[in-house]
Amino acid sequence: MLNVEGLRKTYTGDGRAVEAIRDLTFTVPDGDLTCLVGPSGCGKTTLLKCIAGLLTPSGGTVTLDGTPVTGPPPGMAVVFQEYGRSLFPWMRVAANVELPLRQKRLPRERRRELVHESLAAVGLADAHAAYPWQLSGGMQQRVAIARAIAYEPRVLLMDEPFAAVDAQTRADLEDLIRGLWQRLGVTVLFVTHDIDEAVYLGRRVLILSSSPTVILEDLPIDLPAERDQLHTRATPRFTELRTHVYQQIQAAKNTVHADR
Amino acid sequence: MRGRLALGLAGLAGFLLILEVIPRLGLVSSRYLPPATEIVGALGRELAETAFWTALRDTLNGWVLGLLIAAVAGIALGLLIGAVPLLRELTASTIEFLRPIPSVALIPLVVVLLGTGLESKLVLVVYAAFWQILVQVLYGVRDVDPVADETARAYGLDRSARIVHVLWPTALPFVMTGLRLAAAVALILCVTGELVIGAPGLGTRIAIAQTSGAVADMYALIVVTGLLGVAINVGARAVERRALRWHQSVRSEAAV
Ligand SMILES: Nc1ncnc2c1ncn2[C@@H]1O[C@H](COP(=O)(O)OP(=O)(O)O)[C@@H](O)[C@H]1O
Ligand SMILES: [Mg+2]
Repeated sequence: MLNVEGLRKTYTGDGRAVEAIRDLTFTVPDGDLTCLVGPSGCGKTTLLKCIAGLLTPSGGTVTLDGTPVTGPPPGMAVVFQEYGRSLFPWMRVAANVELPLRQKRLPRERRRELVHESLAAVGLADAHAAYPWQLSGGMQQRVAIARAIAYEPRVLLMDEPFAAVDAQTRADLEDLIRGLWQRLGVTVLFVTHDIDEAVYLGRRVLILSSSPTVILEDLPIDLPAERDQLHTRATPRFTELRTHVYQQIQAAKNTVHADR
Repeated sequence: MRGRLALGLAGLAGFLLILEVIPRLGLVSSRYLPPATEIVGALGRELAETAFWTALRDTLNGWVLGLLIAAVAGIALGLLIGAVPLLRELTASTIEFLRPIPSVALIPLVVVLLGTGLESKLVLVVYAAFWQILVQVLYGVRDVDPVADETARAYGLDRSARIVHVLWPTALPFVMTGLRLAAAVALILCVTGELVIGAPGLGTRIAIAQTSGAVADMYALIVVTGLLGVAINVGARAVERRALRWHQSVRSEAAV
């Protein structure tokens, strides 16, 4: 279980302080798929980096299965938005996926197995020997996802992973993530600024205000577990939920402007 | 590609022809500039002499050794300074002061300290080549992509693993540039050192040819140093292309 308690983050530097996150408290139960949705600049990336142990919060705590996070915890994988910069251009696809496994000191046979399985799972079984820059954007993000699942994490963090790919690829990748989540039983925390994406993917959506950030609502998504792009998005319930999230975010923007 | 090579060869042939004709027409005394055919003849004579090969070996020894020392020191120090921000601040101004000192300005100093042997030549070569490499490595380590580094950290790579898998590959294109520049500068300093100090090598042989009035031989030796320079540059570029297959500057449109 992932626990975020009273998390605060203020960036200081250049004699200027930016309060990115004011006060966030939430838990993500094991095996859940939680979407965090909030406007651009509201501190989603900041929050994810604090959870991943890449950034030290100014206050509050992050705990993973009862252990406080002070550095990158084992058993946590991250997929960044900037797939082009997150994959290493000097390594072939298979080596990119394998590198974290080598760091984990897994035996060679097991590493090869995991690389094969995970690349097959994202539909890139024949891209082992390619360099990342020889692939399209969508394929590169698939490699990053393969690297994450090969790591066999208990928690998978994703920071707007599909913000930079085209609409069709994006739909495919969304279904890929739901499929992997259902199959692997991994806990997923998925960050996005896209309301439709959050509602379509999540079992639950946490709505964030604009900066300084608090949680506006913890909304369970009561859509059926089997979802598909065509039908789910056309259901009245989907429309209701997305309209609700949209109104919440709009209302928050207006109140922030009102008390300035 | 073929056409360019042909043009280049035609240009070279024209240049040699002019070199042949100018002294033959008496435009320049052949005491200062012998015709190209005589220079080629002298080159043939040189190649037949063991003393020439000894000199060539001495020059190349100094070059290889100096470049090796400079490379190891420059790369190790560059990575260290790059990995420790405090060291970067501490050394910045010192580097900016020491780097522009021309290596040849050290000649009197090294002659007093070390005499006129291989060591003196080495010091000159190492000093000149070291800065070329160090400065490039420092540029390279500054080029590390924060997203790549954070990815590595998120997947549990500790500092030394990140140096091997992120910092070093990022810096490699810069290291290669540094090595290529250093290789050229090292050759220049080798020959300069030999000419001025008299450390054994091609430079001394050029000086001897000059004082004994063997003008064609002197030109032949100059040609040899030129060819060495070309070979070093071609070799360095080939190494660079192999090591950086993945880099933008080299990437081919190879199919997956
Ligand atoms: N390294 C940093 N230094 C100072 N301010 C930062 C830094 N990173 C982000 N910020 C600020 O924190 C706020 C939240 O940023 P971010 O977490 O990237 O938002 P999001 O991912 O939701 O778009 C923004 O106002 C941004 O300008
Ligand atoms: Mg962001």
